[in-house]
Amino acid sequence: MEAFLNQLPIGLSIGAVLLLIALGLTFTFGQMGVINMAHGEFIMAGAYTAYLLQDLTGRMAVIVALPVAFLVAGLMGLILERAAIRHFYGRPLDTLLLTWGVSLVLQQLARDLFGAPNVQVQAPTWLQGGIASLPYNRLFIFGLAVATVIGIWAYMNRTGAGRRMQAVMQNRQLAAVSGINTARVDQRTFFIGSGLAGVAGVALTLIGPVGPALGTYYIVDAFLVVVAGGLGQLRGAVIAAAGLGLLNSYAEFWSDASLAKVIVFAAIIAFLQFRPQGLFVLRSRALT
Amino acid sequence: MSPIIEIRGLSVVFDGFRAIDGIDLTVEEGELRFLIGPNGAGKTTLVDVITGLTRPTTGEVVFDGRSLAGLREHSIVRLGVGRTFQTSVVFEELTVLENLDLAASFRRPLWSLTRRRRGISEAVADALETTGLRELADRPAGVLSHGQRQWLEIGMLLTQSPKLLLLDEPVAGMSKDERERTGELLTSVADDHTVIVIEHDMEFLRRYASQVTVLHEGKVLIEGSVDQVRDDPRVQEVYLGRKRGDAVSTGS
Amino acid sequence: MNLTRLKGPGLFAAVAVLALVVAPLVLEPFRLGLLAKYLCFAIVALGIGLAWGQGGMLVLGQGVFFGLGGYAMGMHLKLVDAQGDLPDFMIWSGVEQLPALWKPFANPVFALAMVVLGPMLIAAVLGLLVFRQRVRGAYFAILTQALAAAFVILLVGRQGLTGGTNGLTNFFDLFGQDLAADSTQRGLYFVVAIVTGLLYLGARQLVGSRFGRLLVAIRDGEDRVRFLGYDPARVKTVVFAISAGMAGLAGALFVPVVGIISPALLGVVPSLELVVAVAVGGRFALAGAILGAVVMGYAKTSFSEQFADGWLYLQGELFILVMTLAPKGILGLAASARDALARRPRRPTAPKPPPTDDASGRRVMEEVG
Repeated sequence: MEAFLNQLPIGLSIGAVLLLIALGLTFTFGQMGVINMAHGEFIMAGAYTAYLLQDLTGRMAVIVALPVAFLVAGLMGLILERAAIRHFYGRPLDTLLLTWGVSLVLQQLARDLFGAPNVQVQAPTWLQGGIASLPYNRLFIFGLAVATVIGIWAYMNRTGAGRRMQAVMQNRQLAAVSGINTARVDQRTFFIGSGLAGVAGVALTLIGPVGPALGTYYIVDAFLVVVAGGLGQLRGAVIAAAGLGLLNSYAEFWSDASLAKVIVFAAIIAFLQFRPQGLFVLRSRALT
Repeated sequence: MSPIIEIRGLSVVFDGFRAIDGIDLTVEEGELRFLIGPNGAGKTTLVDVITGLTRPTTGEVVFDGRSLAGLREHSIVRLGVGRTFQTSVVFEELTVLENLDLAASFRRPLWSLTRRRRGISEAVADALETTGLRELADRPAGVLSHGQRQWLEIGMLLTQSPKLLLLDEPVAGMSKDERERTGELLTSVADDHTVIVIEHDMEFLRRYASQVTVLHEGKVLIEGSVDQVRDDPRVQEVYLGRKRGDAVSTGS
Repeated sequence: MNLTRLKGPGLFAAVAVLALVVAPLVLEPFRLGLLAKYLCFAIVALGIGLAWGQGGMLVLGQGVFFGLGGYAMGMHLKLVDAQGDLPDFMIWSGVEQLPALWKPFANPVFALAMVVLGPMLIAAVLGLLVFRQRVRGAYFAILTQALAAAFVILLVGRQGLTGGTNGLTNFFDLFGQDLAADSTQRGLYFVVAIVTGLLYLGARQLVGSRFGRLLVAIRDGEDRVRFLGYDPARVKTVVFAISAGMAGLAGALFVPVVGIISPALLGVVPSLELVVAVAVGGRFALAGAILGAVVMGYAKTSFSEQFADGWLYLQGELFILVMTLAPKGILGLAASARDALARRPRRPTAPKPPPTDDASGRRVMEEVG
């Protein structure tokens, strides 16, 4: 029973990380139809940001890195959007392959800059230990995700920029003719989405080492969150991320690590039999 | 005459909005029926339900003595219901001929499609003739004008010899000449097919319609001849009164 | 765009002579072996060209099917080499009894059948489940990628069953022939080259038939096809299964040619690399897929020999360039070049806008916004 309970914070913190990663993906996918395979490398960039900041800030690096990594990864995303992706709107599969090329280059760049071996980021001392079976670092990640979701919700529903984002997501053409600068909204969405990947990268330094391929471990699962949650849906992403995180950790617990991913995959396929478009859908009569 | 399609107590609710609110409608074999109504009357939704694109909330559609409940789109087509779309969809990379041939081959078993096409089947040749697209047979459908695309779509339906054709706003966005030619095409098609036409264009309606059903807010307002419908005060209020002479309008 | 001259039977015959006569004469055994390896990838690429280029299904997990075919073959070879004993790696992993999954693979007919049928069956089940629910486009691509990721983790984790990270290697005997002998390797090259040619002809026949037209129609308007009375899910499942069968066959040929099958060859990245190769060669023509696989395989070998790290940069950048500047790949460039030459006397040609995945008119909206 205790082992069972131990899995709960692990599952929820995996879900929390997946959520931070998937939020960016689901909004850029939902709004622009862009599948950004380089998103994983923004996670890595966030993690290395924390690693580099250690020299300056010591054990507080993780905390300081949260806003810095958001900016670093966000700017990387913005550059990618401006330089390449915006020329590919309406061609999701082409973007997927294009950004994969970017992802390869970024991984190799990280290998050249930081070396191929993994590095460690020291967590603040007050994040070590825990209450009973709840480690503080996992609680911290969970809290970070909750705060982010509240922040995103407030942004989307309480600010003009957020409402414009929703407008573009629901009907790009109508938003454009209503005087919304859709290009700017796209940039902002991409900046925020990529920035969140950076934040996720910082969070990941709390539960594991940092390496050039860090992003690749999570990106596939994060995409599955998008598939299961439904496009551009905050609540869909939250539920799907929590579900996938828990499923991952309990599948590992009940079977073993090698079978867990197969179980998760089968579960997703089974889920799609009931909800082929994910948990929540924007209804549309358009024939595609 | 026997009814080809019977719709009984049909309702469709989208997230609380009643797009169709208890419609009963019967169309006899061989009929040419026009469905009209202002925007949001439920015309396209009705066609969507018949063709399986939208599931009814209550009620049922009986086609040729068979309930269509739960059937997928392609199965309904195989029973003999063909439709066109408001914005015509043809396969732009295929030639006109290939578009027609693909439509005509729909009853062949899948494996037999792996053989190369030799020659032109009679149904396809007829459709090329009827739609006047013979000259363009080997051009990719992507180069066709809006009007030609609609004709190609209708031609594709004809090759399938459907028992019922549903045309969704066939003349929307067409020039005067194109409307004229579409009208002629419709008349010749209606000679030996049962056709339901959704139309917004009043001029077109007056020239080619005989039996008309008027929908309003998801209900059948009145059914009858063009004259009966035109003279009905309720129709004038909800539709003709406001829309008379308004030839071009889109959506529904 | 005129690809017909490139596709002509004359050209095919020329390539066939090059592959079956010239290459074996001029290439030393090591290089010939490499070419056989590229051709194995070309077979996978052909399947990708069919599924993606023609059918619009972006398959990012072909490594799974390549692996299923490869492991089926590898298991058989291991059992033959073990001569009734346990395969070497099982002894090292402390396995005491031959796992039930392995037993039927001692039979060559069963093993060879599984090479193709195993991948096709799995693809058919998966295809039916997702295509029936109209999961498509990017969603389908993501699912195939997730499958590749899960497959590799499973292989690595089941050390005693699969050889783990090392995979299956150290093969000695292929149907009574010594695998290390030059003559065997040469024979294998001919088998691979002929299989590639036959599959290419088969795929071309499919693409040129009504079925091929139907596939293109589904790629460009799946929902519309439904209203012509076809079930797109069935057609897509068939094509997905064919592409999986090709990948499985390629994997099985790869094993004796290269002498190993391991998870590192099958994961997300190798699967994507093959898609890249197809895009580089030209995804809208089947010949482009084959060309791309051979060219990229050759490029990878040559560059990795000289500067190992550079290859990743080069591959990444090459890909960005191809997607941005030449979405129709080498064959597309060749065709435009020819068109430009042909038309020069009359007027300069404007490059055609790249094809879009959907005709949503995003370009126009971008200008408005």
